[in-house]
Amino acid sequence: MAQQKESSLFNMLTTLVVITLISGFALAYVNQLTIKPIQQAQLSKKKDALVEVLPEFDNNPVDTRYAVFVKALGDSVEVYKAYQSGELVGTAVNAFSPDGYSGDVRIMVGFLPDGTIHAISVLEQTETPGLGTKMTEAEFIDQFADKNPKDFKMQVVKDGGQVDAITAATISSRAFCDALQMAYAVCVDSCDANTGATSTDEKTH
Amino acid sequence: MNQLQNFTKGFLKENPVFVLLLGMCPVLGVTSSAINGLGMGLATTFVLVMSNTVVSLVKKQIPSKVRIPSFIVIIASFVTIVEMVMEGFLPELYNQLGLFIPLIVVNCLILGRAEAFASKNNFISSVIDGLGMGLGFTFALTLLGTVREMLGSGTIFNVSFVPENAQTFLLFVMPPGAFIALGFLIAFINRLKHKRA
Repeated sequence: MAQQKESSLFNMLTTLVVITLISGFALAYVNQLTIKPIQQAQLSKKKDALVEVLPEFDNNPVDTRYAVFVKALGDSVEVYKAYQSGELVGTAVNAFSPDGYSGDVRIMVGFLPDGTIHAISVLEQTETPGLGTKMTEAEFIDQFADKNPKDFKMQVVKDGGQVDAITAATISSRAFCDALQMAYAVCVDSCDANTGATSTDEKTH
Repeated sequence: MNQLQNFTKGFLKENPVFVLLLGMCPVLGVTSSAINGLGMGLATTFVLVMSNTVVSLVKKQIPSKVRIPSFIVIIASFVTIVEMVMEGFLPELYNQLGLFIPLIVVNCLILGRAEAFASKNNFISSVIDGLGMGLGFTFALTLLGTVREMLGSGTIFNVSFVPENAQTFLLFVMPPGAFIALGFLIAFINRLKHKRA
């Protein structure tokens, strides 16, 4: 350590100021380089999920996006509408549950106009690897396909519902069902608004 | 010590995970699969090489009383760069590693090498030390990840080798499994080392 400088108040201050300044500028520069790719990555993830959960459409659902505030969560969820030659073919809801085993479980659910679940994609989860993470696998997710929540109770069997929970990951399965129920509630609301006529046009513009 | 030894010491003789037992938080946290271990190891290697480089270059300008905060700022800058680049260009891996990327800042392996090696040695030795230690860390994480993934999920690098619906040792992808697997690996490595000696 003999080679290191003696410390004085002045050189300690200048050293720290210079180092933080340099790293500040370096980070600002890298931030500028990466901000576009980051946004693009997030957007394309959303688009991929929409294509996955909705039936074929020819508009850009990202443009029809609007937010619905959910009181129970104190947060809003996003709703997307898909049209095929002007006809509404599906509604996608980006819903989440804060009650996962570790953190939020965020899913994208595609509903057909009559409320039937078309497909589900898990956008974000930090569940236990090998257990809760099985919610992203077909074995679990496919049980919801083509079910109408009207006559399909979206709760795990343990709680009196009809959903086969993931083995050893009941909490994760519950969070998934919570998110799904919320998505359905939001979808029903928005579908009611649709049949109530003109309101969608106002929302989409 | 010549440069070759300086490079290879990170793999077995002074392996950061199996021998020095440094940076245990990411070691136990992210190694639930081989690919996570590999990604985390490479991210750490990059930060380690860069911070060793910079620290060895500026070591004479830094007063000794503020050297730790200075090192931390340098390390944190590189970690943030890794995080932003990864989020932009490798979103899949970024989602997997998530929280553990910013935690590289407090990985004591990196500060440890900056303090114990880079601040006392020249530029070239420091780069080689960083590279060797980083790759040794990557090797250890990948090995641990592979073992846990094999036992816990029945896959290697996401390629399954057991029949579908087979019962696997789920324990190994959970935190206790990390400790158990690490313990056995350390015992194994120690045995290897003693045989050689």
